[in-house]
Amino acid sequence: MAGSKTSDRVFGALTIVVALAYIASATQIKTAFFSDPLGPRWFPYIIGAVAALAGFSLVIRPDEGEKWPGLFIFIKIAFACAILVVYALTLRRMGFLIPTAFAAGLLSYQIEPRKLQAFLTGIGLSGGLFVIFKYALGLGLFALPKGWIG
Amino acid sequence: METFALLGQGFSVALTPENLMLAVFGCILGTIIGALPGLGPSNGVAILIPLAFSLGLDATAALVLMTSVYYGAMYGGRISSILLNIPGDEPALMTTLDGYPMAKAGRAADALVLSGVASFVGALLATFGLILMAPLLSRIAYLFGPAEYFALYLLAFSTLGGLASKNQAKAIIAACIGLAIAMIGLDNSSGMERLTFGTLELIDGVDFLVAIVGLFAVTEVFVFIESSGKQTAIGVKIDKITIPVRDIIRTFGTMLRSTVVGFIAGVLPGAGASLGSFLAYSAEKAISKDKSRFGKGDVRGVAAPEAGNNAAAGGALVPMLTLGVPGSGTTAVLLALLMTLNITPGPLLFEERPEVVWGLIAALLISNVVLLILNVPMVKIFVKILMVPPWVLLPGVTMVSFVGIYSLSGSWFDLLLMIAFGVMGFFLRKLGVPTVPIILGILLGNYMEDALRRAMVISGGEWQYLFSSPIATGLWIAAFAGFVAPLFLRRYIKTPDKVPD
Repeated sequence: MAGSKTSDRVFGALTIVVALAYIASATQIKTAFFSDPLGPRWFPYIIGAVAALAGFSLVIRPDEGEKWPGLFIFIKIAFACAILVVYALTLRRMGFLIPTAFAAGLLSYQIEPRKLQAFLTGIGLSGGLFVIFKYALGLGLFALPKGWIG
Repeated sequence: METFALLGQGFSVALTPENLMLAVFGCILGTIIGALPGLGPSNGVAILIPLAFSLGLDATAALVLMTSVYYGAMYGGRISSILLNIPGDEPALMTTLDGYPMAKAGRAADALVLSGVASFVGALLATFGLILMAPLLSRIAYLFGPAEYFALYLLAFSTLGGLASKNQAKAIIAACIGLAIAMIGLDNSSGMERLTFGTLELIDGVDFLVAIVGLFAVTEVFVFIESSGKQTAIGVKIDKITIPVRDIIRTFGTMLRSTVVGFIAGVLPGAGASLGSFLAYSAEKAISKDKSRFGKGDVRGVAAPEAGNNAAAGGALVPMLTLGVPGSGTTAVLLALLMTLNITPGPLLFEERPEVVWGLIAALLISNVVLLILNVPMVKIFVKILMVPPWVLLPGVTMVSFVGIYSLSGSWFDLLLMIAFGVMGFFLRKLGVPTVPIILGILLGNYMEDALRRAMVISGGEWQYLFSSPIATGLWIAAFAGFVAPLFLRRYIKTPDKVPD
């Protein structure tokens, strides 16, 4: 992937685009009838303008960037992200134990790919944390899907 | 005298069995958090806030617990610096320079004890500094109107951007990201929706805890996945713990000097503990006659950064408590805790809630003693904890973060937002953009805007009002200088490689 100064330039340009979009959406803010001299739009305008200027200075004077990791790492990170999203969506419906065991085990495997070790980490963390959360901290968690316990 | 009476009152609050237990528990937890590489004071405190909150602790108890964790993490960071050559947290980076060589030379136990004592000296004296300075500063803070507060917030951003990052433009962008996020939700003065894009979940704005946990804890998981397998440091065994009395006496001057340097660095809004330890180490090296031993296991090189970073940790509480402006990343997280507990830091805090302030200060003194005991005679126990491998630690941290945020809001939208912040944090870190200004921006954004708008209401829209008082003008000049000076000093002073805490 691109190293050197390209990443800073791209980041600077992206900042300008987002800052301008931010200013554009700030123009849509409705003002109240009685408003203070500054109103609710100006502070967002200032933020957008300052960010755009900083982005511009990054485009003309970029730093030497850090090297980006290879494609494989990005796939791993995207996969980890997907695990977390699925975890976030299932935590309520499926109870604590099963999603946590899956998510913790898979994440562990991402950090060090050993199957048995990851499997045990998942089970251990899920059970251990449940005991701590439920009984030591008294959080209202459900162990299993609600349908199972009736 | 008045101070002593208040402090006595503070001790009566802090010495209840419940609070004392929380302090001890917080110290243990903090030392563990500090010692584990990948978990520092900022993200450690961040993931614990939602849990402390859902425990239903009252304000004083929650503060006692979290500040003990904060101080504990500052102590604990040195353990893995010395034994593994990996800083347990960012402020402990400088301790690796002489601590690890000392450990390799077979003096690991001495290094641990010496740095524990240095931490104690730094933290204890800084707490006394806090006791003396905070009431004074809170009296000055009474003179602050909206114009002064606006300038003060600007100063916090500029010192953070100027001193603590390598590239000013990136620090500005980070601050703007934070401020821009803070604007989302209902406008304080008009009650109108702003920048919610019609999303119901965004009407209340973005919860700063979601952002903090995402940027600090979830990002760390991605960073570890990227670097998996690379961090193979060879640990050092430690033998019997003895007290190296001669070294402690020999470095006592070093500790005192470093405490002063660290405390000043901590009090500066936005500078923080990493800078404190860095400046303390550099200053000690600069004034010593024989520099050749530095970097090869010099005892002064172990004592200086540890006294410095712990003193800075105490110093950073001064602007946080009196002005509501955090002096570092971790104090920004502590400010988030205060806000969650509905406590507004500032001069009024000292008048209206003396039991909170002085209870907190008394708790700091108590936790220092507890930490000295934990970190000198019992340090071997914590050394064992370093054996927890990242493939257990990081999934564990992630699950704790998820449950914490989930138990606060019960909404999957916040969890997804947290993941998004984690991804953003990863890319920003790769780009060398500091994340602490983002947190500061989210925390202070609405206050900063309110200050500006109230100033404009008072003056009827005259912007010159912002510079009208000597204090305001002074703060503007300090903000400008703090931001520009490092551009010229950079040639002479090299900041540490990692983004400071």
